[in-house]
Amino acid sequence: MLIKILRQYQVHVVAGGGGAPTSFLYKTFRNSSSSSSSVKKMTVREALNSALDEEMSADRRVLLMGEEVGEYQGAYKVSKGLLQKHGPERVVDTPITEAGFTGIGIGAAYYGLRPVVEFMTFNFAMQAMDHIINSAAKTNYMSAANISVPIVFRGPNGAAAGVGAQHSQCYAAWYGSVPGLKVLAPYSSEDARGLLKAAIRDPGPVVFLENELLYGEAFPVSDEVVDSSFCIPIGKAKIEKQGKHVTITSFSKMVGFSLKAAEILAEDGIDAEVINLRSIRPLDRSTINGSVRKTNRLVTVEEGFPQHGVGAEICASIVEDSFDYLDAPVERIGGADVPMPYAANLERMALPQVEDIVRAAKRLI
Amino acid sequence: MALYLPFLRRRIGFLGMMNSTLSNFKTSVLSEKNSITTLSDFCNSFSRRFYSNKADKQFDFIHNGGDSKELNFPGGIVKFTSELKFLADVPEERIHCYRVLDDSGQLISNNFVQVDKEIAVKMYKDMVMLQTMDTIFYEAQRQGRISFYLTANGEEAINIASAAALSMDDLVFPQYREAGVLLWRGFTLQEFANQCFGNKDDNGKGRQMPIHYGSNKHNYFTVASTVATQISHAVGAAYSLKMDGRDACTITYFGDGGTSTGDFHAALNFAAVMEVPVIFFCRNNGWAISTPVSDQFRSDGIVVRGKAYGIRSIRVDGNDALAVFSAVCMARTIAIRESKPVLIEALAYRAGHHSTSDDSSKYRPIEEIEWWREAQNPVTRFREWLRGEGLWTTQAETELRDSARKEVLHAIQVAEKVEKPTVKEIFTDVYDVLPSNLRDQEKSLRETIERHSQDYPIDVPL
Repeated sequence: MLIKILRQYQVHVVAGGGGAPTSFLYKTFRNSSSSSSSVKKMTVREALNSALDEEMSADRRVLLMGEEVGEYQGAYKVSKGLLQKHGPERVVDTPITEAGFTGIGIGAAYYGLRPVVEFMTFNFAMQAMDHIINSAAKTNYMSAANISVPIVFRGPNGAAAGVGAQHSQCYAAWYGSVPGLKVLAPYSSEDARGLLKAAIRDPGPVVFLENELLYGEAFPVSDEVVDSSFCIPIGKAKIEKQGKHVTITSFSKMVGFSLKAAEILAEDGIDAEVINLRSIRPLDRSTINGSVRKTNRLVTVEEGFPQHGVGAEICASIVEDSFDYLDAPVERIGGADVPMPYAANLERMALPQVEDIVRAAKRLI
Repeated sequence: MALYLPFLRRRIGFLGMMNSTLSNFKTSVLSEKNSITTLSDFCNSFSRRFYSNKADKQFDFIHNGGDSKELNFPGGIVKFTSELKFLADVPEERIHCYRVLDDSGQLISNNFVQVDKEIAVKMYKDMVMLQTMDTIFYEAQRQGRISFYLTANGEEAINIASAAALSMDDLVFPQYREAGVLLWRGFTLQEFANQCFGNKDDNGKGRQMPIHYGSNKHNYFTVASTVATQISHAVGAAYSLKMDGRDACTITYFGDGGTSTGDFHAALNFAAVMEVPVIFFCRNNGWAISTPVSDQFRSDGIVVRGKAYGIRSIRVDGNDALAVFSAVCMARTIAIRESKPVLIEALAYRAGHHSTSDDSSKYRPIEEIEWWREAQNPVTRFREWLRGEGLWTTQAETELRDSARKEVLHAIQVAEKVEKPTVKEIFTDVYDVLPSNLRDQEKSLRETIERHSQDYPIDVPL
């Protein structure tokens, strides 16, 4: 699975250069839709790109800033064509320091603009943590709503492939613990489009955690999803697959793994319900608890470190609200409690795999 | 010239970076061709220039055979030299400090921006009010009536004169020792007192420690405790002003200590590259709590760093209100007309303790503090000038001091009696709309209060 995704990703990076910028959306969209005769498909990259483009067209206050977002079209080509279409005032290539352009983006948000700040990876956003937490998350409260901070921090989060400890960490739990922030983690193209639009329209700071390996993955999209008015409400999880024997919660790339695990489990007659959290903060406790009350079993899956992780928070929520409904202890799957090793064999062992989810679910039945 | 830096000159005139050496630094802001350099330029220049500021990305590949005397490098032409010589670390002479008034308040030149009589008198009155407020609020903290306070002693001219030189449309991103700017803009004594007492009338709903003022009405962005983050914010907000084509700039204040942060570096560099209308105002008061500037940096203060970033810069006497006023007036014009950043370093000693959590007599001689308080007092110096101009009398002084004291005391007495914020203010403003978990917590809290009303603290109104 991992290798397959990686291959798709590499193909897309190669395909990412050049091309007529303004027609990028339509061209790639036509290409991907022509590959399937009946169902339209769109990659996560196209979903993010089109969401940015539409929101920038709809609202002049929206601008994109970060390293390599303009001339280079984004490190992962998410901003392809936006510089040519919206101009250098609104697609701003910045000098290199996350602390700098994050602080400056926040200052712009304090006074009328609605910046989307791209991090080449969320690992680098650690440099900007002071601004994200102290300047963005807390300011509406500390200023008694004198200053609102409509800003989106976005970029790839979590493990990619073969890039080591300083490019592979999941920060969902970090940001998820901070009041004042909203934290979103899309899985599919539908999620990416709908949630990014919601994030840009939100009046407060939103951390938007993408996944590098998903950028090139194509997902079927409905007419509703490609409509420019499409938007997904923040704070609602999506039940990707209904089931009655065990609940699997996950977000971002792990949703794909969980769905794959559910397929394998189905072969053994185990009907798993897969929840795509979509929103880490606010966390949709009612959907999670509703599902567990039905299935009486829970597996949480995430790539991040297990201690104080998203899974830990979900466990706490179940203990508080649905303890009596549990027929088995909760199984919590996370990344290994080590900085990410580089060697491919070790890296694979440090990350949750489909078979880990299958085994955990079977232990509960 | 010890601090000469071989700045690269771009091909287009107004985009050309400053080519002057520090020896050109005379009375005003370091400058280049086609930009404001003198007071007469300043007075004739109020139309805003708003070019596309995209820097040249290309450079000419012209080769001069084998004996080229210069290198056409990205960013501009660099001349070759056969001298093996490093730039000096320490200047032969420190950058001069612009002043208008001597120690006794006498004019030493006419090279300054004229101040209207009414403005000059208001400046003095506000300086006295700031002093009075600081004295009485400081005492209130010592009496245990408020938890914390921080004075602007010794920096009254910086506060008031810089504020007077700005327009109300200019956005202020303060550190924390600039209450005078807010005072100048019309924030009332009652509003100051309400914030320090954290009562229900506080504009900040009692959410922050004393002196963390903020007011949308006065374009004064709420004080943050984090040192120097406001410098980046000012650059971002200036970008917003630039995009809107507004005739306004931002100004951000920070101390000498704040210039050691990454935010300072990032903000100056970004502002220069993005060409935004921002005034960086450094209050170099010699001390960051107990750390003297000699332990903070080894450069000639702050002013020289502006040049390194490609930003016009000036050093002014922070105890000279007319010098500060003139420098900020000119800086504002440059910032707005050319859409560029300007750096001002004002030298004024921190004549008080860092805050009420500090006793500076432990780490610096009392005599030093006293000398600055007496010989370099910015309020006294400005008063002497006003007196010489026939704008101030001993009687006016007595009346002002008397009424200021009464007004401040009254504000404190009122603020002290106002109820504290209600319990709901714990929960509001985390988000624009109360999220369900906070709704649940508030409900649960209120139920608990009802069940145990005898244990509920009387100072938190429901």
